[in-house]
Amino acid sequence: MFTNISRATKFAFQDFFRNKGVSVATIFILIITILLVTGLFFFQGVASYLTEEIQNKIDITAYFKDGTAEQDILIVKEEILNILPEIKKVEYISQDQAFIIFSENHQGDEVLFRAIEQVGSNPFLPSLSITTNGDPLQYEQVANALQTSSFSDLIENVDFYEKKDTIEKIYEITSTINKFGIFLGIVLIIIAASVVFNTIKLAVDNSKEEITTMRIVGASDWFIRGPFIIQGIIYGFIAFVFCFLISFALVLLTSPKISVIMPGFNLFDYFLTNLWILVLIQLGFGIAVGIISSIIVVKKYLKV
Amino acid sequence: MIKFDKVTKIYPSNTAVLKDVTFEIKEGEFVSIIGKSGAGKTTLTRLILGLEEPTYGEVYFKEKNMLVADASEIQKIRRSIGGIYQDYKLLPAKTVYENVSYVLEVKGTAQGEIKKEVEKVLDLIGLKDKKDNFPKELSGGEQQRLAIARALVIHPKIIIADEPTGNLDPYNTYEVIYLLEKINKAGATVILLTHNREIINKLGKRVITLVGGRIIRDEAEGRFII
Repeated sequence: MFTNISRATKFAFQDFFRNKGVSVATIFILIITILLVTGLFFFQGVASYLTEEIQNKIDITAYFKDGTAEQDILIVKEEILNILPEIKKVEYISQDQAFIIFSENHQGDEVLFRAIEQVGSNPFLPSLSITTNGDPLQYEQVANALQTSSFSDLIENVDFYEKKDTIEKIYEITSTINKFGIFLGIVLIIIAASVVFNTIKLAVDNSKEEITTMRIVGASDWFIRGPFIIQGIIYGFIAFVFCFLISFALVLLTSPKISVIMPGFNLFDYFLTNLWILVLIQLGFGIAVGIISSIIVVKKYLKV
Repeated sequence: MIKFDKVTKIYPSNTAVLKDVTFEIKEGEFVSIIGKSGAGKTTLTRLILGLEEPTYGEVYFKEKNMLVADASEIQKIRRSIGGIYQDYKLLPAKTVYENVSYVLEVKGTAQGEIKKEVEKVLDLIGLKDKKDNFPKELSGGEQQRLAIARALVIHPKIIIADEPTGNLDPYNTYEVIYLLEKINKAGATVILLTHNREIINKLGKRVITLVGGRIIRDEAEGRFII
């Protein structure tokens, strides 16, 4: 077993260096396709960041009756978190905070401030701002739960129905972006894999006669297949090294520019956070496509 | 050693290449199978090597029915046969040395043994000085000698030579035949498939004549008559 593996490895390296042209061409194609898949990975990162940013902008607010004790509202806050696991965030906004937020949002609007002064007291109600993952159904469930729960008599109003149309529209947009991303991903991965498959097929085609001879002299299928599979691994690994270095350089160069367009999104941080996933994608894609293509193509000639 | 029992081979295009072929080759024999191109000689070789299955009838190799032999048994049989072919069937991306050592590597022979055996056979066949050359850098005669070296290195009990002189000049042709005779005298069974009249008439050995996929003659000391 060990002897066969070491011989297959020796044959693989011999063929790799003796067919330099084919090796370089195959690695080049693999680099292009792995970069395509890597691009998709970054696209997915940007798209998730954007959709999350949009989703975080929408919430529903439960306004509590004037005079409700802060302690009671905080108990409700804890209970709300148990209603649905999809609830991402519940934020308590006191009457004073509501006033500050209003003041900040309407700076310079003297008419409004004069009107509030005439009321004589803080007209804002304490509230809980609730964010889920954006699905309108979940917001509706939360709104219903709030209105039918044991603490419903503390609640003055839940603004879900005022915001329903906007929530639905935003959810539709983000869902479409996600679906398009998945569709684009599948299409690109299929294209990339078939390009690599055909390149490796061309490389193995050169060895068609050789495979026939190997069979005639009694080589087992795995003894014949082995060197091609190991060559696939070598192609995949070299392509990965190049792709990783190229991705690293590109991320380093473009990260500051992307941060200008999308403040809050740091491409370099995204790269570092997802480093191992990226390594796995690049290495896994390169090697898997290399191995699978070799097995399929050699199998075809082993039948001859 | 090899037995064909009422073997018929029909290809999917409905072409019958061998029709009801029956013969037996005993250990140590030198048998020539003659016939014009398309008479079914190569199909016969492919059946012995298990590269094809008969449509009807049975092929036996050392009492083993090739039809029931599994993949590993067939590979073992192929490893015990020294094959020499008209188109040499060399590995173009491997050097002279590697072409010969490959068959031993396939058998799982130890590296030290491989080195010893390959150098011995290359010396015997006169290709020691070209061991680092690739097949395309050799002449036709040298390529055929390399194919013979590859066949000999496994110390085969049986040699199948399918048109081994087809691409060679008269000098190299007789050199190859002389070598086959020598191998036969050393105890190996030799099956020579050819349509070379002069060689057959000179050999004076058993000749099986194939015409249109049928055996029309099987003589102990045959001549080339078609």
